[in-house]
Amino acid sequence: MSGDDFYEAPTVEQVIDLMGSRFGGDVTVRGSKARRVFLSAGRERIYEICEYIQDVLNFEHASSLTGVDWESHMQVVYHLSNYYNGVMIEINVDIPLDDLRVDSVTPIWEGANWHEREIYELFGIVFDNHPELERLLTPCDYDFFPFRKSYKLRRAE
Amino acid sequence: MDMSLYPHAIAMSAAEYMSWSTAMIDGLLSSGMKRTVDKVTGPIWAWAMKNSIHPLHFGLACCALEMAAASNTKYDAERLGMIYRSSPRQTDVLIINGWISKKVRPDIRRLYEQMPSPKWVVAMGECAISGGPWYDSYNIVQGTDQIVPVDIYIPGCPVKPDAMIDGFLLLQKKIEKYFARGVFMED
Amino acid sequence: MTSKMWVTMGPQHPFSHGLWTLKVKIDGEVISDAIPIIGYLHRGWEKECENRTYPQIIPMADRLCYSASMTWSHVYVNTVEEALDIEVPERAQYLRVVADEICRIQSHLMWLAAMGTDLGNLTVFLWSLREREMFLDLFVKLCGQRLTTNYPRIGGVRNDMPYLFERDCMRVVELFEKRLWDIIALMDDSAIFLSRMQGVSKISRKEAANMGLTGPAMRGCGVDFDVRRDDPYEVYDLMDFEVPVHKDGDAYARYAVRIEEMFQSCEIIRQAMAGMPDGPVRVKAPRNVPEGTHFARIEDPRGEAMMHLISDGTDKPYRLKVRSPIFVNVSGAKRMVVGTRMADVPAIMGTIDMCLGETDR
Repeated sequence: MSGDDFYEAPTVEQVIDLMGSRFGGDVTVRGSKARRVFLSAGRERIYEICEYIQDVLNFEHASSLTGVDWESHMQVVYHLSNYYNGVMIEINVDIPLDDLRVDSVTPIWEGANWHEREIYELFGIVFDNHPELERLLTPCDYDFFPFRKSYKLRRAE
Repeated sequence: MDMSLYPHAIAMSAAEYMSWSTAMIDGLLSSGMKRTVDKVTGPIWAWAMKNSIHPLHFGLACCALEMAAASNTKYDAERLGMIYRSSPRQTDVLIINGWISKKVRPDIRRLYEQMPSPKWVVAMGECAISGGPWYDSYNIVQGTDQIVPVDIYIPGCPVKPDAMIDGFLLLQKKIEKYFARGVFMED
Repeated sequence: MTSKMWVTMGPQHPFSHGLWTLKVKIDGEVISDAIPIIGYLHRGWEKECENRTYPQIIPMADRLCYSASMTWSHVYVNTVEEALDIEVPERAQYLRVVADEICRIQSHLMWLAAMGTDLGNLTVFLWSLREREMFLDLFVKLCGQRLTTNYPRIGGVRNDMPYLFERDCMRVVELFEKRLWDIIALMDDSAIFLSRMQGVSKISRKEAANMGLTGPAMRGCGVDFDVRRDDPYEVYDLMDFEVPVHKDGDAYARYAVRIEEMFQSCEIIRQAMAGMPDGPVRVKAPRNVPEGTHFARIEDPRGEAMMHLISDGTDKPYRLKVRSPIFVNVSGAKRMVVGTRMADVPAIMGTIDMCLGETDR
């Protein structure tokens, strides 16, 4: 990243242009609104993309990470925000069912640590290079992943 | 050794002492002393225990905030004698005021067993009574009475502090009845 | 010779503000390691939402963080309104702002009461809860319930202000502004309180930003960010208020930010009441939400609260994710507590203002 400039508070248009020019086909833009950018990214380069977003675009805050079970594949959704003009970036990363792994972004944003633990515990998606990937919320003798669509609650029809 | 001749004697072997004391107690129990003692001391125990209910500092969820609000100047639970204690060894009442997850279930059982008897359990709020709004959860116990025997159920979601104090007045009545039936020499 | 041992400040603890465990490794009195353990209140809230229709989730959202329940149902309703793309009437937006700020004040007063009790100052407990009762009475007049209010609806709020609510609200706000100075004097004029809070558990701005701290805890470390000002929702862009920021980063700064926020909330309530237009308070919203993913965030009394909704065209959500501020703040417990003394732990964790319902969900 030493060759890139540093943008202190990029606008929505600037974010879309820079991401497109830097990463090309790996990042697709799904849409944008006032102070919101919606992207999709491939899971191979997600660590590089997140590093770029933090160092160059100055998005210092990882708001949340979400896991979604689409039944044909799984998905991790990243929400990143900056402190200066209220812009938030949402990145969807698809994960195939036969290889549920993705790189952890905890080395970049420490705030993502427990979010990734929770996704692991509830969905079963493994985050590589995570400092301590263990159960957080459920008791230690649970051996199922509760938030998957295949696990039905008592009342569900 | 005939103890009637030596009432001031304290030197005797352990076996002698056991036989002497068992004989004395059997005599008391068979003679109707128990009922007399109960009638005299029962109301005293009842008055003492019901006016100094010591609950445990145990806040689980939303109803715990209303439990804390019951100690403020508007509702003032302390006029009933309720002083919260931090250690379960010093408490009479265990108030369950929130939903019980499977992770905390062994802790609640342990706290209950650490309390010395006589002890009572109050289930405060819908979640403690029957699981509440989380009836279809994979991690929630459907009611406190699956874990510990419950004496008073206070409905509400969350329980208003007035209702909580009303529940404790009901507990006071229950304590009176408990001592009136006779507890001398019982655990 | 001191030996190192692990002490469990366990789920049943008078000063833990909720059901969680903090295992600390102490060497004499000084803490060298800490492990927070949460999950005692986990109910699978997000999974249960997939079985309920959208209006049925509003009272469930209240019970996420029971101390500040109005803001959680507000953020949920905002998310669904983004998905439906409907315009909420202006009067309803002003009412939501007023209710949010009342909620913020009463949540901070509950925090102050608990904080005082931790440090042994029981007078603050009684005085703060007395003021809090005034605001809870306002909630009873407006919403019918003290704690879990169930007031916002998809498309507006449940009902309009009752008769003479404006007069009552203004009276309470003016009386509270005077009385808050008395309560502050109890703590700020006490040398014991200052020595226990100042200089304890300093966090630098860079660490606070990286840890993901939000809310008053972050603003006490020098990060100048408030969702109400920087990413405005409802009518906050028409309100004129300051955002208190302290650069020290210690426990006292995190406490002072909350006190000043209470004064600013009074100011916002005044402006909102003065500028409230007439009109309807609710529009009808369709039953089925079109497909898509949407999110909305607001400034909860504890930090940045966000909900992320994935809908699939039916009347039940496909996935509803809750971003809880305390979940991230508590993950930094190790960084905050290591190096301090055992007796400082209630003070430090008190400045985070934990509410375990939203952490464990």
